[in-house]
Amino acid sequence: MAIQTTKRDYSLLGASGRTAVETGLAAAEWYHTDISRKEMKALMQRSDAPAVRDTFVWLGSMAVLAGLGIAFWGSWLCIPFFLAYGVLYGSASDSRWHECGHGTAFKTRWMNDAVYQIACFMIMRNPVTWRWSHTRHHTDTVVVGRDPEIAVMRPPDLFRLVLNFFGFLDVWHAVIDMMRNAFGVLSASEKTFIPEMEQPKTILVARVWVAIYAATIGAAVAVGSILPLMLIGLPRIYGAWHHVLTGLLQHGGLADNVIDHRLNSRTVYMNSISRFIYWNMNYHVEHHMFPMVPYHALPRLHAMIKHDLPAASPSMWSGYREMIPAFLHQLRNEDYFLKRELPQTARPYREEFHNELAPAAQ
Amino acid sequence: MSGNWIKVCEKDDIDEEDVIRFDHSGKTFAVYRSPADEFFATDGLCTHEHIHLADGLVMDEIIECPKHNGRFNYKTGEAKGAPVCVNLKTYPVKVEDGSVFISV
Repeated sequence: MAIQTTKRDYSLLGASGRTAVETGLAAAEWYHTDISRKEMKALMQRSDAPAVRDTFVWLGSMAVLAGLGIAFWGSWLCIPFFLAYGVLYGSASDSRWHECGHGTAFKTRWMNDAVYQIACFMIMRNPVTWRWSHTRHHTDTVVVGRDPEIAVMRPPDLFRLVLNFFGFLDVWHAVIDMMRNAFGVLSASEKTFIPEMEQPKTILVARVWVAIYAATIGAAVAVGSILPLMLIGLPRIYGAWHHVLTGLLQHGGLADNVIDHRLNSRTVYMNSISRFIYWNMNYHVEHHMFPMVPYHALPRLHAMIKHDLPAASPSMWSGYREMIPAFLHQLRNEDYFLKRELPQTARPYREEFHNELAPAAQ
Repeated sequence: MSGNWIKVCEKDDIDEEDVIRFDHSGKTFAVYRSPADEFFATDGLCTHEHIHLADGLVMDEIIECPKHNGRFNYKTGEAKGAPVCVNLKTYPVKVEDGSVFISV
């Protein structure tokens, strides 16, 4: 018997978004685990030291790897250096963009802003557009038709998903958006979440970026080599795989249209190298529940509230082992999702949202 | 000129460089104690979305919203940049005999 599924409209101007507003799902009050003001204040405290250290390691490593890549350019020996450089450029920039966008990485404001601009350029995300889209992502996390940052829509486009490990589609869309913005045009969707007074900044940044890429391409033509592009631009493609690998785990296969991050976000234990590249965003339930907590305090926050959260995935491998079958299931039934079990000690919240969805999870 | 003074709390109920929520007559306010031991009051909800600022972080003269990290100067109410664009309303505050009052 054919399964009757709910067709989702992911357009920010579409029917699902209107329904979310009408039903109170949009801009709703989300669940928070109880935590004392004193403890939360301690967790929220800003510090420059961890992010200054990490930024020196990040950019310093990139400089060294780029130097070695250039030194061995023309031989096979350059490959490992560019592979590592690419991950720091095309993947570590994703977490730096994100954390500095929240303003929590550094205590000093200009440091946040400087790293934000650098990381946005590397990851090819307009710093104005994405600041606002990410604001919406936190207001309406995985609410269909409201959240502009849903990585895997239902039914999942697996071909697109694989391509994104190499950054092809992301970069293609980023270039189109950049050129459109540089010509002074914002899309209808962008206008839904970027306030009018901020829109000229979007255009200005796009024009600066076009100039930088034009200069890089010009340099490549002048020296008759793609080496300049191996350092600027192309690493967003050949180094994207790690941020896609970790990013898909954030919400992939879990519930949509709920207002409890324990049900639609995933915390995954990871190795220390991935956590450095990802800046602890593997604690993703915790990050969404308390976005004011800096990345370096997320392990402490996790230890304090894990009694109220679903069990964390013990590894990336285990996260993919549950997520990929869920994606395949969603090809046949797009209502299917992974239903999170809360611990016995957890405080349930707005169960009606989950219970209504529960049959789809079978 | 300020008129109707409402008692909020005792002075020591608010830690230095911190904020508390105060609800009165169907409205919610945020009352701050600065690092210099001065007291200030603003509307309690962020002008960007319906979020209580009292759950946010006070740093010097800035209150940062707990949801989207929008920042305001709580002394003047000035919005300090994206994602907040609209200033907060501020209210007069006085301290008498160890108690904090706001004029609403």
